[in-house]
Amino acid sequence: MIRRLWPVIKKEFRQIRRDKRVLAILTLVPAFLLFLNGYALNFDVTHIRMAVVDLEKSGRSREFLEGFKTSGYFDVVYNLNSAEEASALLDDAAVLAALVIPPDFSRRLLSNQTVDIQVLVDGVNSNTATTVIGYVQAVTLQYSRDITLATLSKIGRRNYLPINYEARIWYNPELKSVKFLVPGLIGFILAITCVIATALSIVREKERNTIEQITVSPVHALEFILGKMVPYAVISLVAAVIVILAAYVLFGVEVKGSYLNLFVATLLFVIAALSIGLFISTIAESQQVAFQVAALASMLPTLILSGFIFPIRSMPLFLQILSNITPAKYYLVILRGIILKGVGFAAYWEQMLSLILYAVVLLGISSLRFRKTIG
Amino acid sequence: MNNHTIEVEQLTKRFGDFTAVDHIDFTVKQGEIFGFLGANGAGKSTTIRMLCALLQPTEGTARVGGHDITDAPEKVKESIGYMSQRFSLYEDLTVEENIHFFGRVYGLTDAGLRERKAWVLSMANLHGRETSITGTLPGGWKQRLALGCAVLHRPRIVFLDEPTSGVDPLMRRTFWELINELSGEGVTVLVTTHFLEEAEYCNDLILINAGHIIAKGSPKELKSDHIKTPILELQCSNVIEAMSRIEQEPWALETSVFGTNLHVSVSDEASARSGIRKIVEQNDMKLYSIDRITPSLEDVFLYLLDRESEKKETMG
Repeated sequence: MIRRLWPVIKKEFRQIRRDKRVLAILTLVPAFLLFLNGYALNFDVTHIRMAVVDLEKSGRSREFLEGFKTSGYFDVVYNLNSAEEASALLDDAAVLAALVIPPDFSRRLLSNQTVDIQVLVDGVNSNTATTVIGYVQAVTLQYSRDITLATLSKIGRRNYLPINYEARIWYNPELKSVKFLVPGLIGFILAITCVIATALSIVREKERNTIEQITVSPVHALEFILGKMVPYAVISLVAAVIVILAAYVLFGVEVKGSYLNLFVATLLFVIAALSIGLFISTIAESQQVAFQVAALASMLPTLILSGFIFPIRSMPLFLQILSNITPAKYYLVILRGIILKGVGFAAYWEQMLSLILYAVVLLGISSLRFRKTIG
Repeated sequence: MNNHTIEVEQLTKRFGDFTAVDHIDFTVKQGEIFGFLGANGAGKSTTIRMLCALLQPTEGTARVGGHDITDAPEKVKESIGYMSQRFSLYEDLTVEENIHFFGRVYGLTDAGLRERKAWVLSMANLHGRETSITGTLPGGWKQRLALGCAVLHRPRIVFLDEPTSGVDPLMRRTFWELINELSGEGVTVLVTTHFLEEAEYCNDLILINAGHIIAKGSPKELKSDHIKTPILELQCSNVIEAMSRIEQEPWALETSVFGTNLHVSVSDEASARSGIRKIVEQNDMKLYSIDRITPSLEDVFLYLLDRESEKKETMG
């Protein structure tokens, strides 16, 4: 069996090496995609453009506004005189939020009355809007608390805060979304390249009729399949290393956990993805069709259903069930565990088991189907 | 029982309602060149695919090199060489890389591979082109390389499916010389072709039509067995008019045009000859020659295929 597997692997490597374009796509495009997505896919909300309508213009109101400016989240880009002007700016999307301070701001504060300030937020992007409201709330509460504390001390009460908290953020202390995205991107990129590359390389043999000479030879279907998979698995692993290196160099994402576990999980995932490619090659008769089917079958589920961007737990139940069609779902949990948290096997053994199951079942089904269609 | 032969018994392949190959029998002897003739869709490729153990027969059996195609497909594959109608080597590999790949796949040792590689290169006249990308070779060279790769492992039985389609006539000749060489070494060659003149090179052949064998034998037997009536070949002016007049005569059984000549199969040679002269004189035509010929294979096949379609018409 090994006797005939080796020549097939060697032949495949030669063909890949000769096809410089494919080789470049397989090894360099992943890192390039990471570069693009790492910068473009950024969910951090900072430098929120804000308009201020200060109808009082007192020292008190300026002090309140100062809290926004120093928070680091807001850029006050307009100082306006009426709420109407602010709404026009919101319409034009020139600002994300507008703050309206009433003319009786300091008078009410001094007479111990509650002041209502108005915040207008562009809710087109609901995620961003929620974040903006959260920041506004934090700045306002801070200012209110300072006033309450000052008042208390003035009337001779002990200056005290009933409950204080200290938040420590683990795994990603700067709350950079790129750290969350990099592991997802690795899975996404590997899924695409593995599925497309295998599907194309087998369908090419069908299209060029070279498969006929293979089928009359004593080469077994399994030898042929493994001979196709091994080179692409090797190249995919190299691509994975390049992506991880790029993630470190470009975004400072370090692998905190075990490299061995990372390797094993990636290998399992690659086998599963290659099997999907193999399966597609048994359906498609031309490279064009194979490319389209493979791109669709790898990209959509990995992008939408794997938890790469959208959390699976907040999906409707049927989508949660459907999300199991993509092995990336499990792979991502493992990747995030290893790369971000540095946790060990105990934290993701279930996902590992699922990946093993995936790799075995997909490879089995695809091999059987391949045998049937190729002979 | 000799393990260098092909024995086919009642071999049948149906695809749904369509019967591609219908209970055919034939035997190929060791070292002979066996021609397998028929139009496209007659069942040639299906039969070859079954004999190469690529396709399971619906009924019947065949033994190739002593191995049953249903029970021992792997053994069959190891003992045969196969060259497909469409070029099926790797065009993006070099000549040498193709030879190495197929050599290794068939389990050649280092020494064996070296020896066979040298043989293929000289056979295909590819010395000095070892590192050329296969796709850049001219058609005839590719074809010879394909044959070389098909027999790298010294199979005792070789299947060649339309090996000369798309090759110029001169290359076809040299290709047939290679086939003759193989057969001289005792290799059994089964070859399909639609070039009828190539059928003459075969020791034995069968003609297949709509899944049935309609004739078998050596070229000589086929020529003498089927057409008993004399055939006259005439060269004259105005061939078409001559044909339409001759066809109306009682002694003319069949007429057909071959290039600028007219072939007339006749019931009685003497009356036909005088009849033809009369027609030519009466119509102011010129008669250049009139000869009795032995029928060519083409005559025989056309005759047999004609007879088949007539049979079908009377049945239907």
